[in-house]
Amino acid sequence: MTREEVFEKVVEILNQYSKKEISKENISMETSILEDLEINSARLVDIVLDFEDAFDIEVDDDDADTVATVGDGVNLILKKIQ
Amino acid sequence: MRKRVVITGLGIVAPNGHGIEAFEKALRAGKSGIRFMPELEELKFGCQVAGVPQNIDEVSARYFSSDQLLAMNSSIRYASIAAIDAWRDAGFEVPAHDSQEVDWGTGAIIGTGIGGMDTIVGKVVPLTAAGKVRRLGSTAVEQVMASGVSARIGGLLALGNQVTTNSSACSTGTEAIVDAMYRIRNGLAQRMLAGGAEGASPYIWAGFDAMRVLNRTRNHEPEKASRPMSASAAGFVPGSGAGVLMLEDLNRARERGARIYAEIIGAAVNCGGQRMGGSMTAPNPAGVRRCIHDALKDAGIGGRDVDAINGHLTATFADPFEVQNWAKALNRNTDDFPLINATKSLVGHSLGAAGGLESVASILQVYKGFVHGSVNCEDLHAQLLPFSKRIVRQTRETPHLRIQAKASFGFGDVNTCIFFKKWEQSAA
Repeated sequence: MTREEVFEKVVEILNQYSKKEISKENISMETSILEDLEINSARLVDIVLDFEDAFDIEVDDDDADTVATVGDGVNLILKKIQ
Repeated sequence: MRKRVVITGLGIVAPNGHGIEAFEKALRAGKSGIRFMPELEELKFGCQVAGVPQNIDEVSARYFSSDQLLAMNSSIRYASIAAIDAWRDAGFEVPAHDSQEVDWGTGAIIGTGIGGMDTIVGKVVPLTAAGKVRRLGSTAVEQVMASGVSARIGGLLALGNQVTTNSSACSTGTEAIVDAMYRIRNGLAQRMLAGGAEGASPYIWAGFDAMRVLNRTRNHEPEKASRPMSASAAGFVPGSGAGVLMLEDLNRARERGARIYAEIIGAAVNCGGQRMGGSMTAPNPAGVRRCIHDALKDAGIGGRDVDAINGHLTATFADPFEVQNWAKALNRNTDDFPLINATKSLVGHSLGAAGGLESVASILQVYKGFVHGSVNCEDLHAQLLPFSKRIVRQTRETPHLRIQAKASFGFGDVNTCIFFKKWEQSAA
């Protein structure tokens, strides 16, 4: 799976949780999940569970705590699926 | 000095209609919301019919964002749709999610009898039992906490006054309205959303089926299954939905030129103590009559002044006792008894939501001047035959309807009674 494909899938997952309509055009790897996308911090737990399901990976709590930006999520997933 | 409390908004999600227009039409036409439920047949319920609001997924998509819907089970959806409808009906706009203003003067008391059973059964139990607690994610708590039905509304509408959930079984929705009324009457809030909500889930209804208090004789004709006051009544039909009122300080309502549906002139709440014939599941008749008396006293009216009663009337053995209790408490005989009907004949018994739904029906009646027909009691219970002329079976226009009673009685031997009065400018 390419970086681009992972990015698109992550955007799709985040879209469910964001109060804003988001697409791959208006967010980047630097976009902050909590601040820029206005996602409730409690929902990070659910987003990580969705990553696990979508990419068939396991993310432990320490790894989950490192996810702050879209890029953090994409890189974590790439590391796990390789 | 106590402040007068009026109703300026209504919201309803009922098995026979969403929104006050559809609901009023259904009430007038005697349209039933009771349907056969294949799931209950598969699960081997004795009672296989229920009242469930229709097209709620489609309605929810219009009201809520995808992130909000991730944590909204059936009772929270019903409650939130009804609350937003009541809010708009009262003339307010839903605030933007990112606005920074809080409405400190407005709160919400939205009750539920059972709570988020669908979430408990669908997520919490299976995942926890399988040792997968972390898979619950973040959305379980806000859906299973008892106050889930009010907490979501507080955020949707930026409410800053008291936001809470009460629970008193089948008395819940009516009790919420009384608690909210006290808050405004005492000057602690300007406006309160108040009512009840109950989800739709076989797991909510299962215990009642096991008690054999649900009707299992009409699975083949669902619209005839809910039969309050009938000789062939054989238990209640489970229902679900939400009914929410906007209560407002009369002075505030006047200042902003709000449309006023009715005034709450008096109310009372009590418990029969589970003595003198009362128990966990049966009312102490002295407690019921005392509750009605206390509400009359609070309203400053006599039993003679009551024009219509929207009863608790569930279609169990208790219906004739309820009517006899009203007659004694109001000191009215069978000929001059108030008109009486049972909204449950059309929507079933929605437990904690029942008082909300039935209060919306009561207020529409007093505002528009009609009493809706109570269906399925063409074969009146023998003890109710003397009241025959006062039991409304076909919807009738009642332009002289001034004072409408609404009462609810619940497990735990708890009682609530409210008197709604038609709003007339001359009363101002």
